[in-house]
Amino acid sequence: MIRFEAVGKRYPGGGEALATLDLEIAAGEFVFLTGPSGAGKSTLLKLVSLIERPSRGQVVVNGQNTRRVSRRRIPHFRRGLGMVFQDHKLLADRSVFENVALPLLIAGFSQRDINRRVRAALDLVGLVDKAPRLPLTLSTGEQQRVGIARAVVSKPPLLIADEPTGNLDPALSLEIMRLFERFNELGVTLLIATHDIDLVTRLGHRRLELVEGRLIGDTGSSDAIA
Amino acid sequence: MPSPDRRTGELRRTGPGLLARVRGYFRLHVQNLLGALGRLARQPVASLLTVAVIGIALALPAGLDVLVSNARTLSAGWASAVDFSVYLEPGQPLARAETLAAEARGRPGVIAVEVISAEEALAQLSRFAGLEAALEALEENPLPHTLVVRPRPGLSAEEVGALAAGFEQLEGIDLVQLDTAWVERFLAIVDIARRASGLTLMLLGFAVIVIVGNTIRLDIENRRSEIEVVKLIGGSDGFIRRPFLYGGLWYGVIGGLLAVVFNATALLALSGPVQRLAGLYGTDFALQGPGFAGLGMLVGGGALLGWLGAWVATSRHLRNIEPT
Repeated sequence: MIRFEAVGKRYPGGGEALATLDLEIAAGEFVFLTGPSGAGKSTLLKLVSLIERPSRGQVVVNGQNTRRVSRRRIPHFRRGLGMVFQDHKLLADRSVFENVALPLLIAGFSQRDINRRVRAALDLVGLVDKAPRLPLTLSTGEQQRVGIARAVVSKPPLLIADEPTGNLDPALSLEIMRLFERFNELGVTLLIATHDIDLVTRLGHRRLELVEGRLIGDTGSSDAIA
Repeated sequence: MPSPDRRTGELRRTGPGLLARVRGYFRLHVQNLLGALGRLARQPVASLLTVAVIGIALALPAGLDVLVSNARTLSAGWASAVDFSVYLEPGQPLARAETLAAEARGRPGVIAVEVISAEEALAQLSRFAGLEAALEALEENPLPHTLVVRPRPGLSAEEVGALAAGFEQLEGIDLVQLDTAWVERFLAIVDIARRASGLTLMLLGFAVIVIVGNTIRLDIENRRSEIEVVKLIGGSDGFIRRPFLYGGLWYGVIGGLLAVVFNATALLALSGPVQRLAGLYGTDFALQGPGFAGLGMLVGGGALLGWLGAWVATSRHLRNIEPT
């Protein structure tokens, strides 16, 4: 699902964010990405979502070499993956329903399909009754679940999340992770950057540890079978 | 290792069909069109100001154009409504004048011919104070017999000129005097005004593009984070751009409609005084509005300029917004 081959990333005017990284994540895996701040977790996720391009090496996502994805094709490429953010990145002036519907609108689904799929996605995260509300009237945990519903509504095979529980208390964090595990059971590949080591240890999935742009630990995918 | 037979099938990614996509595309356009109008309505004061400026910018050249075309209509009447005088050679008998007049009445393009005999002319002249004594001193009447020819209205200036020239060829005619020089001068002035209105149109049209472009630029700045989010979840440039283009279109259309209202008000205010003035000159001239075609062009032109302004702004600014 994701393959890094000798990937390096250097930001202009900055240091080396990633140094010669080799990595393989198979379809259906549940992978945590850990490490201290500035270790390159976000950079790695940005390379997967084509927010950044590698300075060296190849990144292959979903069978596509990102080098061969032109600027024009990036939107289409991104529709193949779901993204969850620490700050949710919801549109404040649109209802929960409209936020979740946005990826389907972009992809050109019919209104009937949109209604059906948004209901299903909101049902998965337990927020069907909040559909007409504005995001800011919801709690942080609920907002994050809206963000997750939006990420999975178009049924992408890959879900990446950057500190999805960064603003949540332990109980809510666990709740969100359990949600991710349910998607994983449905076949979605997950790559989640977090520094919540307790949670990672407790859930016991494959863990990649980055320090200063280098992969210093990989527990392997022994846990992949749920 | 993930087992190959996990329930991946349930989550197989399925895209919409072609028909659904085409329908979805049109639905998106309609939603964007109405959505853009809604956004304008949510900031009524700011939108109104922008639209008013556009309305004024469009109303000015359009109003000028209306005035110019009215002046042309008016003067087109004058150029051909000019009577001309045909002077016979001195010594030609009055009978010759009558013959010529009878013949002239039969010419196409002539609706009336009046014969003014030398005696009548002298009598008219002597009515002017001060000339009486001078004229009495003359031994004989120095004035010729004259025909005053009135061309059919609706003839062009050239046709009237040709008609007058035709009289010059005739036996016993001394001079044909066609006094259209002042009409030509007036037409030249109108022509300058017409050019000026064209230039105004170009300048203010450009101004509308700049106004809309700047408004849309601010709009893009305000919605920067939203644009970033939409780019993150796979919105294409076209998808992001469309609401802004429709926004520009609305600014232009509403500005155009406002310009129509401005012009109609101005015409209404002017038509009374103009009619009174025309009455003083003994004509029933009335100001003509731009007509439906003109109004349509005003609104359509506004729409085009608004769209163009938004196009320029989005081309310049949307590309620079990328999620980080």
